[in-house]
Amino acid sequence: MARTNGGKQAAISEDAQMAAAAVATTATTDEVLESNPLRDPRDKRLPRVAGPCVLVLFGVTGDLAKRKLLPAIYDLGNRGLLPPGFSLVGFARRDWAHEDFAQVTYEAVKQYARTPFRDEVWKQICEGIHFCPGEFHDDGAFDVLSMMLKEIDETRGTGGNYAFYLSVPPKFFPTVVEQLKRTGLAKAPDGSWRRVVIEKPFGHDLKSAQELNAITSAVFPESSVFRIDHYLGKETVQNILALRFANTLYEPIWNRGYVDHVQITMAEDIGIGSRAGYYDGIGAARDVIQNHLLQLLALVAMEDPTSFDAQSLRREKEKVLKSVRLPDDLGLETIRGQYTAGWQGGEKVIGYLEEEGIPADSMTDTYAAIKLEVANRRWAGVPFYLRAGKRLGRRVTEVAVVFERAPHLPFSKDDTEILGQNALVIRVQPDEGITVRFGSKVPGTAMEVRDVSMDFAYGESFMESSPEAYERLLLDVLIGDPPLFPHQREVELSWQILDPIEDYWATHGRPEGYPAGTWGPPAADAMLARDGRVWRRL
Amino acid sequence: MTSFNLTDTQASKISSTLTKLRHQMGAPAVGMVLTLVVVCDEAGQYDSVRAATEAAREHPSRILVVIGRDPKEPNRLDAELRVGESSPGEVVLLRLYGELTKHAESVISPLLLTDTPVVVWWPGGAPDVPAGDKVGKLASRRITDAHASRDSVKAIVGRCGGYVPGDTDLAWTRLTTWRSLLAAAFDQNVGRVKKGLVEASPGHASATLLASWLSDRLDAPIEVGESSGPGLTAVRLTLASGGDLTLTRSDARLATLSRPGQPDRRVALARRPTSELLAEELRRLDPDEIYAATLRHLAGGTK
Ligand SMILES: NC(=O)c1ccc[n+]([C@@H]2O[C@H](COP(=O)([O-])OP(=O)(O)OC[C@H]3O[C@@H](n4cnc5c(N)ncnc54)[C@H](OP(=O)(O)O)[C@@H]3O)[C@@H](O)[C@H]2O)c1
Repeated sequence: MARTNGGKQAAISEDAQMAAAAVATTATTDEVLESNPLRDPRDKRLPRVAGPCVLVLFGVTGDLAKRKLLPAIYDLGNRGLLPPGFSLVGFARRDWAHEDFAQVTYEAVKQYARTPFRDEVWKQICEGIHFCPGEFHDDGAFDVLSMMLKEIDETRGTGGNYAFYLSVPPKFFPTVVEQLKRTGLAKAPDGSWRRVVIEKPFGHDLKSAQELNAITSAVFPESSVFRIDHYLGKETVQNILALRFANTLYEPIWNRGYVDHVQITMAEDIGIGSRAGYYDGIGAARDVIQNHLLQLLALVAMEDPTSFDAQSLRREKEKVLKSVRLPDDLGLETIRGQYTAGWQGGEKVIGYLEEEGIPADSMTDTYAAIKLEVANRRWAGVPFYLRAGKRLGRRVTEVAVVFERAPHLPFSKDDTEILGQNALVIRVQPDEGITVRFGSKVPGTAMEVRDVSMDFAYGESFMESSPEAYERLLLDVLIGDPPLFPHQREVELSWQILDPIEDYWATHGRPEGYPAGTWGPPAADAMLARDGRVWRRL
Repeated sequence: MTSFNLTDTQASKISSTLTKLRHQMGAPAVGMVLTLVVVCDEAGQYDSVRAATEAAREHPSRILVVIGRDPKEPNRLDAELRVGESSPGEVVLLRLYGELTKHAESVISPLLLTDTPVVVWWPGGAPDVPAGDKVGKLASRRITDAHASRDSVKAIVGRCGGYVPGDTDLAWTRLTTWRSLLAAAFDQNVGRVKKGLVEASPGHASATLLASWLSDRLDAPIEVGESSGPGLTAVRLTLASGGDLTLTRSDARLATLSRPGQPDRRVALARRPTSELLAEELRRLDPDEIYAATLRHLAGGTK
């Protein structure tokens, strides 16, 4: 693994030709895949394995890389899902050799991987680990990277297939993408592929999202851009589709005739921690509602797709997002809050404005609740309440579909006093599963009916080693399978929903305080109370 | 873990005790997704139960372990119930004595979970026609293990005759990692394969199956050769375009993939514990058509 020395422009085009020649023999084109005699759609044991490729990771020293990405790569290897020859290139402004980066990876794997550590797996991965030192604006560093990749193609047989993972703050996207263009790395020779993976935030409003997209789409075609919304990699979220479209039980009641309203919640118990720089000025609505919660809404509300391929799925999600209507009175039906000092799970914690790095007059929402309507035949008149916040009572993400009360109760009023509404709850985290809430007779001689819950959790939730969302998504990137990645159109539609709300907030007062450890500001409760409803107690 | 012993008992008592135990534990909230029946002897019981319990972490199950004891003793059924072990689900060890050893199905069928799949696993000796067996008949999936027989190649060849959709053998499951690597190698253009060789320690049923699968899929003669092991050690395919594509593994852990004109690459290819093999089996309960085709090909080739 000799380090190549400084990049020389002249050498590159010659190398490019050599690489193209190498590619011709290692190409993993669709025709080759289809004619693979050892594959058969009926052979369901054989996992989807990516073809030979290189993953180039920018921002390897970051939090995301350490906690999620590097461990996920190891876990994929451990499950036998990485192709022979798979190589990982780290890029960062550190004066490291390949071995140093291998050591960093090793430590991240030891600490955060979900599957047991096995020497042979580590050996396989370690052999393919490379490091390229440099700053993003340093042309020389990218020339070195380009040469390094060509060398890897030769020594590891990776066939010119590269995925570039930008695990860096979005302000660096333009520089990095421009460098990939300049060095020709963004352009795939015939028979190979180039993909770019970007993390949220995808802008902070419609305009910036479009600008960001202009940057990537000037260099990469939309089909090569993979936007990570890690919620979509979660088993339970995918299970929403199975639940809805593989059963007959729910579909008949999945509409305004039976559904009273839907509550989508993402509550965190933590504060902003060390992420002040990122969080302030962004807030809960942009950070979470714009992407995760609107994606959940789309999956719950969409019509059945003609198939589960990316195009059909995205089309249905887009239709829902397009039908979303904002409330008439943004003042009453969109609520924001900001946590103040309080007690969180037995611990005394400071308020948002006292957090390090937060200006004393910050207007950032650490809590947001909004009421939306999906204006179509299925959902007209059914409110979708979305809420997200930090420093709430506990960490929980769920989608609750709350049904109408029974039209007539043949019991006396007293018997059913404490009977609530039926609900179907998709628990996304931390305890993944499904809960159905319904009324049941309390044992005894009197007819007393009350709410009970029926739970289902598939075994995955018992295995510490169950696949992490990032594993699934990384694998999909390497395979080139896009259904679980939001399309730019979905990103823009989501901003179109959120922008008017943010605009309204910017000019109307400030977020209401709520003590840490509670469930948000009183106005959020009042919003539901006016509709004769209450938030689920979580 | 709560464990409970019942001596000289019946299925109905076992069933009601299970319900009682579950209620005492506050009725585990988890739905069990299948019943796994393990048919084994006392010597193999410990390891099999362990593997089954571990597999049940992924697939919460009721595990019924049928242990045949002395058929000459008077008829008797003893049961050991375990609820709330480290995994979800329940384990019931059933010890059968006397004539009852021949009528295990009468004990099992009232204990099966209602309306969910039933899987039978014979970790040791298995009937010639698993689907014809009285216990096997209760199941939609029947798992045998040729490697448990003294002559594993003979055992796997024997499976051809008794095959019924829903049958599968762990000698086949053990190959998934090999097959998946080979398939990945063929994701790049390899061209026609002229002939091939699978090497393994002598009398290795998985090697026989792998050769049969390759030969069936590649339409080329594939031989089985002997090596000093451990287990499977190599697949060598001679390409029409010249040169060999080889996958070699000498330490049962790390393999090397070589092909003409490309650098050698090392890949992890470790042997998997039984629990993982079993978990793979439980993941898909539909008939394995590729296994069937491989057996058919084997029967055609080894008369
Ligand atoms: N962490 C999460 O849970 C999470 C969740 C959702 C989305 N994201 C997104 O994922 C991406 C990465 O997140 P993160 O939390 O890992 O961020 P981070 O901890 O701030 O890491 C950023 C990375 O960028 C590098 N970097 C910054 N400025 C650079 C420069 N001028 N030249 C070269 N490298 C530079 C840093 O390297 P140095 O060490 O040299 O500074 C570091 O490796 C971001 O887009 C973030 O928005 C993260």
